[in-house]
Amino acid sequence: MIGEHVADTLATEPSAASDDVASSGTATRATRLLGAAALVGVAWLAAFGLGFSPADRDQRESVRILYVHVPSAWLAYLAFVVTAVASGLYLFRRSHALGWDRVAGASAEVGVLFMGITLVSGMLWGRLTWGVFWEWDARLTTTAFLFVTYVGYLAVRGLGGSHQQRARRSAVLALLAVLEIPLVHWSVRLWRSLHQEATVLRPDGDVKMDGLMLFTLFVGIVAFTLMYAWLVVHRQRTLAAEDAADDAGLDRALAARRAEVG
Amino acid sequence: MNDGPGFWRVVGLVAAKDLRIEWRSRVALNQVLPFAAIVMVLFAFAVDRLPRPAASATTETLLQTVAPGLVWLAMLFSLLLLVQRTFAVEADDGALDALRAAAVDAAAVFWGKTAALATQLAALYLLLLGTALVIYGAELRTSGIGLLAATWIAATLGLATVGTLYGGLAAGARGRETLLPLLLLPVVAPVLIGATRAVEAALGTGGTAVADGWPWVGVVGVFAVAFGAGGTLAFGALIDE
Repeated sequence: MIGEHVADTLATEPSAASDDVASSGTATRATRLLGAAALVGVAWLAAFGLGFSPADRDQRESVRILYVHVPSAWLAYLAFVVTAVASGLYLFRRSHALGWDRVAGASAEVGVLFMGITLVSGMLWGRLTWGVFWEWDARLTTTAFLFVTYVGYLAVRGLGGSHQQRARRSAVLALLAVLEIPLVHWSVRLWRSLHQEATVLRPDGDVKMDGLMLFTLFVGIVAFTLMYAWLVVHRQRTLAAEDAADDAGLDRALAARRAEVG
Repeated sequence: MNDGPGFWRVVGLVAAKDLRIEWRSRVALNQVLPFAAIVMVLFAFAVDRLPRPAASATTETLLQTVAPGLVWLAMLFSLLLLVQRTFAVEADDGALDALRAAAVDAAAVFWGKTAALATQLAALYLLLLGTALVIYGAELRTSGIGLLAATWIAATLGLATVGTLYGGLAAGARGRETLLPLLLLPVVAPVLIGATRAVEAALGTGGTAVADGWPWVGVVGVFAVAFGAGGTLAFGALIDE
């Protein structure tokens, strides 16, 4: 919605302000370095995950899915924690800086992406290892709720209104999610404990993990964290540009109206 | 700070106002109640003919087994309508702006609207439970009445607090009709789980004992307290725009 607005602004009236937005880009020297490091990390992950690391004794080749699944789950949780912290900083600081709001929004977008990857990769792995795509386990169910909750959060960010209005609404929602998710997890765990015989489908080989497998997982987490940082920095900058274009469009409209009247 | 009317007085005024509007407009009575009733009839169509597992020893029909959950599910759907309604009333004629301009405590407005919503939900639950007794063949037992009453109070309060909070969040925004279910339904999942299990224990569905139900009332109670506190703190920031 905001994106269309920017496109409109750029198309109809190429003034100085929108030229700045269009031409400067969002990369700096530091983010290019970060992006390159993320790329190298992903290449390493591919090499270790698909090539060097051995197949698992029980799970065989399907264990390689976990090198994507576990890092993306970790990343999604990190992203949602960052969203909550940035929302808190926005809401409780006197300045109500929109910068924190944009960090929260950018982080949530990336988090939803990684949570989606977590769910899909987890289901594929589950089909191969457990024989079913979905198991009504507390952790799986909570993850699905987490995903839907942050899809809702992103929808609230798209509601419109002023930037401060958007920031306040979404910050409250992000903090409510911190309240909601433990409650959902707790209740679902109680629900399962009464209705399901002990979960037999847990992978139990985790404790004695092969050294190379552990290293591959570690590479995955580092690579995905770099990628996350890179995505959030860029997304936060494009969000800032969108807000600036929004404001510039409003200023121009006001000026035009004043010129008409005067 | 405390120039205006006291906290509880505002709570009472807002609640009485909301209930009076509902009573006079009859929207809850003429639209939400029939909606909930038809939902319960449709549930019966969906599950009645499913075969029972061969191994089960109970003589219950499937509808009797699932009746407590279906009643709460119908409550959740009705909650969506009632929440839309309670904030549509405020959006008309800029009523919410007037309320803000009256410089009353936002937390008091929150609890007033919550009280009105909880009253409607509580009445609705009694009617739906009565419907379940008649058309699903669910049965009350005297030993479970206390548990049932506790669940009734805790769950309607929980649904009302969270409904008012998220309704306030979406109030006045374009597209709120479609957004509210997406925001609200994931949040109220603990109430559905807890209240369903508690009522199952109160009615003795599937041979459960009454004592099994009290921990579930605890779940719902914790939920109500958590979102009551959340609403008290956050409601001002949400409606103050």
